[in-house]
Amino acid sequence: MTVTAAFFYLFATIAVASGFMVIASRNPVQSVLFLILAFVNAAGLFLMMGAEFLAMILVIVYVGAVAVLFLFVTMMLDVDFAELRQGFLQYLPFGALIGVVFFLELTLVIGAYIIDPGLVRSPAVPIPSPDVMTNTEALGQVLYTRYFYFFQAAGLILLVAMIGAIVLTLRERKGIRRQNISVQNARTAQDVQVRKVPFRQGI
Amino acid sequence: MVIGLSHYLTVAALLFTLGVFGIFLNRKNVIVILMSVELILLAVNINMVAFSTHLNDIVGQVFALLILTVAAAEAAIGLAILVVFYRNRGSIAVEDVNMMRG
Repeated sequence: MTVTAAFFYLFATIAVASGFMVIASRNPVQSVLFLILAFVNAAGLFLMMGAEFLAMILVIVYVGAVAVLFLFVTMMLDVDFAELRQGFLQYLPFGALIGVVFFLELTLVIGAYIIDPGLVRSPAVPIPSPDVMTNTEALGQVLYTRYFYFFQAAGLILLVAMIGAIVLTLRERKGIRRQNISVQNARTAQDVQVRKVPFRQGI
Repeated sequence: MVIGLSHYLTVAALLFTLGVFGIFLNRKNVIVILMSVELILLAVNINMVAFSTHLNDIVGQVFALLILTVAAAEAAIGLAILVVFYRNRGSIAVEDVNMMRG
């Protein structure tokens, strides 16, 4: 139990500290890297809670795809980030006030909640014991049967997002030469001139 | 020292607050605002999984998976809009986003 607690505090501390560094870091590239650290530590917390599949998905999807996308965009845009940080301290008191009030309210809720005992006794789909079935298998058995339409909707959302991102960023660029394969293939031998090129003079 | 539901909820609350705080703090930088939104969604996911474990109900994990999907889609679309905006205006400052003012 002590080891569990130690690992929990390790993951939780690093996750919260890197979450703080995400918003406080001067350089957005460092922010993205701290975001990755926060995600990895949150994945550790997921593992401790027994959600192994979600932990791995968090590492693969978030760290592998979303955070790298952030990294690409941050590095690709040539923006003066120092200019964007002007007025940083101006909003600090207001933001800190709202943050503190918000956190106090949340802790009040966390300290005072009572879970309806009826809910604990009757879960919609109980988590099977790890000896019977792995977490991935259990999740799949629910996701592909009971929540099949949700699964399809999630796929549709991803499809729309993909098409939307491509449509938004694709642009027709003027004045560039592209390879036109059909024109190349349709060219006959008569279209090609063979010339004798004088040495060191060119055509 | 038993690590219970409240511990995870506190971590999630801290991350959520940091995300909201980050939106206030970095009001000019859209990239950091998007990252703050990701932090908020991560906090929500921690809540979902914590309650799923506590109530011994796997449905919470299914919904956490769906939140993950929506978060990925949101990040992709948001960054695409950001790239288009930068191409048009040469800046990503939030106060420059006023082209749709009637």
